Amino acid sequence: MKYLLLKHYRGPKTSTNNVPMDQWTPDEVDAHIRFMDDFADRLRANGEFVDGQAVAPEGMWVRYDGEGKPPVVDGPFAETKDLIAGWMVIDVESEARAVELAGELSAAPAAGGRPLGEWLEVRPFMEHDHSQNEW
Amino acid sequence: MNADPLDTAALRSAVPRVIAILVRRGADFAAAEDAVQDALVEALRTWGDEPPRDPQAWLVTVSWRRFLDATRSETSRRRREERVEEEPEGGPVPDTDDSLQLYFLCANPALTPASAVALTLRAVGGLTTRQIAAAHLVPEATMAQRISRAKRTVADVRLDEPGDVATVLRTLYLVFNEGYSGDVDLAAEAIRLTRRLAASVSHPEVAGLLALMMLTHARRAARHDAAGRLVSLEQQDRSLWDTHAIAEGVDILQSALARDQLGEFQAQAAIAALHADARSAAETDWVQVVEWYDELVALTDNPVVRLGRALAVGHADGPRAGLAALDEVDRSLPRRTAAAAYLHERAGDLALAARLYAEAALLAPSIPERDHLTRQAARLNQSPER
Repeated sequence: MKYLLLKHYRGPKTSTNNVPMDQWTPDEVDAHIRFMDDFADRLRANGEFVDGQAVAPEGMWVRYDGEGKPPVVDGPFAETKDLIAGWMVIDVESEARAVELAGELSAAPAAGGRPLGEWLEVRPFMEHDHSQNEW
Repeated sequence: MNADPLDTAALRSAVPRVIAILVRRGADFAAAEDAVQDALVEALRTWGDEPPRDPQAWLVTVSWRRFLDATRSETSRRRREERVEEEPEGGPVPDTDDSLQLYFLCANPALTPASAVALTLRAVGGLTTRQIAAAHLVPEATMAQRISRAKRTVADVRLDEPGDVATVLRTLYLVFNEGYSGDVDLAAEAIRLTRRLAASVSHPEVAGLLALMMLTHARRAARHDAAGRLVSLEQQDRSLWDTHAIAEGVDILQSALARDQLGEFQAQAAIAALHADARSAAETDWVQVVEWYDELVALTDNPVVRLGRALAVGHADGPRAGLAALDEVDRSLPRRTAAAAYLHERAGDLALAARLYAEAALLAPSIPERDHLTRQAARLNQSPER
């Protein structure tokens, strides 16, 4: 079962250790990054890792604007409340395992070396092929 | 088969036999399996139009050499002094086939279902790690790790230990239900492996699973339309069903049932056979389908079975009876809302059915199902009778 673990720069819910990263010590930043790398390596060794990417905070909004016209480009919107930072895709045995891993990832060290306690969004993938199912 | 100069099916079916031969020569399972995988990858890469006359003997020779190389480098890495005793190459290959034991080892209950599937596909199915990874849409490195962890889990299990047929069948059924993605047809692969198992084990549930797979697989061409849309059993073009596979599946099922040791897979196959038997959806013997569901409920009382039974009751005794039966099904089951929508539509409550189809689409676990249910909701919302 594949799950998406979604990290946010800003989300609807606040981290328990809510100190902005630019106010951490350089060592705390390093420790945080090392934790993230180690976490991904551990999943690779487990055979549970599928993908992990980070995206820049600044982006734009694009939409179709009629036949023959270039798309409309808007933004960036600095005030957007829900801003995705990155994701990890895992392939695990159960939903419980996905929750367990998200809990561990959320405990990445932050300011003061204490766990960040950020809220991660956990979403199951829809399966592509379920050809044996009949209705 | 002749069209393919490199007969990959024959090559792959040699893989478990060759692993078993290496183990009998003294290699441990994990090292033997690695060596054979290396030899298999080399065969696929180098044989091309000119495969060796005896592919199995080639695999034995090359994989044994790989095993010795790996053992030597391992030995020198550990700076050990003992010498590995070399068996002469090209010696006679015994023709006993104990690859059956590999089915048990790869489905060992200590393994998680996903690991058992991966290990079975590699050591019994003779697929490469790359193919298994592609079929599961995960990176090759991830799959390689999953397989080596699985091998560590069963490292202390002896190949000749008696195994449990039930876990093997569960694993093969999981492979079957993974269907088709990537360049490997896992449903067809599951049928091939179950057929081989059935040839070496006389067990009514092995036959039952094989029959179930064949009867289900026989309808595959009808299950999606040209645009890839899911087609319900009722709407399927039955002329697309594979009548040879159906006939064979029914035969296998009948001889299994004659042994009078009913199990879950035989009962499910019996339901599939009743559908396969009906020339049109209207001719389906729903009363018998309900009876087989009753057997299934007695054998394994799980909510998925109860859901299928409620739908069958809806056909046999009318949609109201079906809805009453559905009332007893666990509400958290994702497909329950879709079943309720279907029964309400048959009962004539189109507005409620449309709302439930839309709700069911949000709960659907797969994309084809979600799209199918969305179309059902749209169809009813456009209906003038609504």
